[in-house]
Amino acid sequence: MGKQEYTLSIFSENHIGILNQITIILTRRQINIESITASESAVKGVHLLTLVVKTTPDMVRKVSKQIEKLVDVLKVFVHTTDEIIYQEIALYKVTTNGLMSGNVIDHVVRTHHARIIEVSPEYIVLEKTGHKTEISELLNHLEPYGVLQFSRSGRVAITRQVRELNSYLKEMDEANRFNTDENEE
Amino acid sequence: MKSEEEAKQIIQQVNGYEHITGAEALLRCLIAEGVDTIFGYPGGAIMPVYDKLLDFNDKLRHILTRHEQGAAHAAQAYAMVSGKPGICFATSGPGATNLITGIANAYLDSVPMVFITAQVVSGLIGTDAFQETDILGVSMPVTKWNCQVKKAQDISNTIAKAFYIATNGRPGPVLIDITKDAQIEKCSFKYKKCSYMRSYNPHIPLNKRALDSAAIMINHAEKPLILAGHGVLISGAEKELRKFVEKTGIPVAVTLLGLSSFPSGHRLYTGFLGMHGNYGPNLLTNEADLIIAIGMRFDDRVTGNITKYAKQARIIHIEIDEAEINKNVIVDLEIHNDAKEALEYLIPLVEQKSYESWVREFRICDKTEYEKVIKTETKPDKGDIRMGEVVRMVSEMTNGDAVIVTDVGQNQMTAARYFKFTEPKSFVTSGGMGTMGFGLPASVGAKIGRPDKQVVVFIGDGGFQMTIQELGTILHYKIPVKIVILNNGYLGMVRQWQEMFFKKRYASTELVNPDFVTIAKGFSIPGKKVSDRKELNSSLEKMLAAKGPYLLDIKIEKEGNVLPMIEPGASVSEITLNYKI
Ligand SMILES: Cc1ncc(C[n+]2csc(CCOP(=O)(O)OP(=O)(O)O)c2C)c(N)n1
Ligand SMILES: [Mg+2]
Repeated sequence: MGKQEYTLSIFSENHIGILNQITIILTRRQINIESITASESAVKGVHLLTLVVKTTPDMVRKVSKQIEKLVDVLKVFVHTTDEIIYQEIALYKVTTNGLMSGNVIDHVVRTHHARIIEVSPEYIVLEKTGHKTEISELLNHLEPYGVLQFSRSGRVAITRQVRELNSYLKEMDEANRFNTDENEE
Repeated sequence: MKSEEEAKQIIQQVNGYEHITGAEALLRCLIAEGVDTIFGYPGGAIMPVYDKLLDFNDKLRHILTRHEQGAAHAAQAYAMVSGKPGICFATSGPGATNLITGIANAYLDSVPMVFITAQVVSGLIGTDAFQETDILGVSMPVTKWNCQVKKAQDISNTIAKAFYIATNGRPGPVLIDITKDAQIEKCSFKYKKCSYMRSYNPHIPLNKRALDSAAIMINHAEKPLILAGHGVLISGAEKELRKFVEKTGIPVAVTLLGLSSFPSGHRLYTGFLGMHGNYGPNLLTNEADLIIAIGMRFDDRVTGNITKYAKQARIIHIEIDEAEINKNVIVDLEIHNDAKEALEYLIPLVEQKSYESWVREFRICDKTEYEKVIKTETKPDKGDIRMGEVVRMVSEMTNGDAVIVTDVGQNQMTAARYFKFTEPKSFVTSGGMGTMGFGLPASVGAKIGRPDKQVVVFIGDGGFQMTIQELGTILHYKIPVKIVILNNGYLGMVRQWQEMFFKKRYASTELVNPDFVTIAKGFSIPGKKVSDRKELNSSLEKMLAAKGPYLLDIKIEKEGNVLPMIEPGASVSEITLNYKI
């Protein structure tokens, strides 16, 4: 089975060490994390980790179950790239001299859909949102003009699936109630 | 087991205290959870807790082992025989790290345990203070959950969660690290048992559709085989399993940790699975048309070469841990449920049947195994004493009514093979980890957990010396365990592999041993050396009759091998009965 890119959306409680627990599972199976993003989610108090990994379908199924088994993990969704809408964001710090020569800056902003964030006599900071390849293309393009710094975020992703986390949570809740009722004073 | 009412009363009694220390809060939590025995070892950071223990010694019994690893193993064995979670205390730094082998062992064998470690005062965390270790980081891969508490008021909530997580779903060890300042700090105390966590749902609704399909598959099978694992014991499904088996007439094989979940003497019992298991169930795994796996995880020691494992069979997997389903073996029908609940539902749906000729195949295998292996192992007429005859004798003398504890190696496999179990939870061994040194401390915990039972531990001469210090615990608390050293003068299991796979090059496996009886004497434990077969019977009788602890050092044939064997890389059906050099 060939390797493929998967996006794991891991919804969890904000328990200290949760990221460590997740990486332990991936490390044991020799899976590299291509990118990682941590944030809040649409559900209050629920944390969202978005991980991109490259592995086989069989392995992603096994590790996602092992991650979901972690006590503080609520739900794991595994998606192939075509099942999600995703973006990454990158910042580029480029020498002002370089960019101001000719109409480079205009070209960059127009054709690469980049945004100017800050301008100083020494440097200009650009921002670009897009997919990894687009971000790399812009980097390649800027390289001759002197890139002083470059930084790219992990993936942020929204799934195309219709069922949202909330409805899973409700279902899990109901299954759990079965026990709670008896113990409630 | 205490009733719900009593449990509520206990909680009310311990509730509503103002201005108590975190240490006292911790102990009140434990009492509220029904704990009465703690295994542990003190040290600087945990002193406030130990100090408070003195005030609670009418309710909480603390067993001071001689090493934290011993405390962990003892607490695990206590849990395995009593069905209650095992509780273990250790101090920060070396105390906590000494627990790790024990925690990992409990993790692999799914035993509910709550470990409490102390931590340096919170202001010093992260500074490499004296006896500071990052025990959360160290224990993370081997705990079901862990958490640090830095404030006294957080203790009760965290402990409640710890018990809930350790004991529900697939059980496992949980570690709570409490800073010294939190132990001293004052708090007001109210305890409420945890019964719900948003992120952790151990109550899986019964998968009726899958179970209905399972019933159809079972009713149509021609050569079905049940594989029963530790999950049967954990979910308390022994009675249901028996009912299910007797109704369907399907033969049963058990895993190492599934031993005692089904009576070894039952007409449908076929033996134990795996590398040194019985001939029939291993061989016929590759003949069955349907395998019903209940509460087991297709460990590599059970499956042998996985690419040649049960390819002809359809497999139904009843398992509470979803991550275990389709992990090692791809199954045809997954039933992600508790074993007991699943069996209860299945019993009315399955037909009353019998599989005479299929069961006969197992009996033919039994006969072959008896002729080629068991006879010479249990009834040798010449040569040195063999492990099998010792175990079988103890089995017969106790009528199978004893808790059997083992260490790891040939002694363990022989005990598993030749003791005839009659009662659930009567076998305590280190399965997933295979931890040498487990036996002696585990026997202490087993006896404390089941004081009404004869507890016999079979230990190798190697493993005995790994945790030999626990003789001190046996002396201290006068624990009447019966210690049988199966002394072959070798790290026998490794020597066997050297003989079979390394051209008999015995690298570092021959032992120069001390006089174990003299050592025992130093701990006021009476004992006897046995090397003559004629003395074996009377010596074992004397040991079993002893009121206190007793040690037998039995000289065993030096180069005996455990057979049959599924050699590494071989499939279950390639199991060998006789081994030729
Ligand atoms: C802590 C630990 N170290 C090493 C091993 C590897 N090992 C497995 S069995 C065995 C030999 C055990 O020898 P002994 O205790 O004398 O038992 P025997 O096999 O002779 O019955 C060894 C070294 C282990 N399982 N656990
Ligand atoms: Mg030995």
